[in-house]
Amino acid sequence: MKIVIQCEAFDLGAEVDAMRRGRTGIGAIASFIGLARDCNEGSGVHAMTLEHYPGMTEKALAALVDEANSRWTLLDVTVIHRIGRLLPGDPIVLVAVASQHRGEAFAACEFIMDYLKTQAPFWKKEATPEGERWVDARASDDAAAARWNTP
Amino acid sequence: MKLRVLYFARLRERFGVAEETLDFSGATAADLVVHLQSRGDVWAEELAAGKAFRVAINQDLVALDARLPEHAEVAIFPPVTGG
Repeated sequence: MKIVIQCEAFDLGAEVDAMRRGRTGIGAIASFIGLARDCNEGSGVHAMTLEHYPGMTEKALAALVDEANSRWTLLDVTVIHRIGRLLPGDPIVLVAVASQHRGEAFAACEFIMDYLKTQAPFWKKEATPEGERWVDARASDDAAAARWNTP
Repeated sequence: MKLRVLYFARLRERFGVAEETLDFSGATAADLVVHLQSRGDVWAEELAAGKAFRVAINQDLVALDARLPEHAEVAIFPPVTGG
C-alpha cells in the first residue's frame, strides 16, 4: 500500500510498473486519474490551489484504503494526491488498485475515489476571471459515497 | 480543559486565524461551536445552524455530540472538495 501527498506531478505508468513488478499473482489493475479542469460552474478556471490538513489527510486516506481492503480481496493500492498550485490539465489525484480479477479492482478503485471525495480533508480554491473562490462541496459526491453503504 | 483548535480553507480565511489554543470548560464539540458562535460577527455567521461545516477531533471526523478529550486537537472546516 502506498499513500502519498505531494506537490509534484506523478506518472501513472511508473506507479503501475512499481505495483506489478515481480508480482505475477496480480491479474488486474484498475486506475483513476482526476485532472484540473479549465471551467467550473460556468466560469473559466485558470489555476487552482489545493489545501489539506496535514496529519489527518494521511490518516483519512489510510482508513479508506483499509475499508476497501476489508470489502474486497486486494493485492495492492496506491493513492497519490497533489497539493499546492495546479493548472488546467494537471493531474490532481491517482488511485490504482491491484487484484486477482477485474471486478475487485474496478469496484475498489471507484469506492476509494467516492470516499476520498467526501472524507479526505482537501479543499480546492479556484482562480477565475471574477477572482478567487473556494469550491463548494457537491451533493452528488455525498450521493456517490452513500451508495456504498450496505443496508 | 486545554484545546488546540485549527481552521482550514474558507473558514481559516474568514476567521483570520489558522490555529489557536483555548482554555475551555464545555464537554462536547457542540459546546465548542456555541462558544465560538458567541464571538459574533463572522464566527456567528459561519457557524450558524444550517451552515455546512465539519468538525474533527484528534483528526477523526465526528458528530457534534462527540465529547472533547483533554488536550484534544479540534479542527473546524468546510465540507471537503478534494479528488
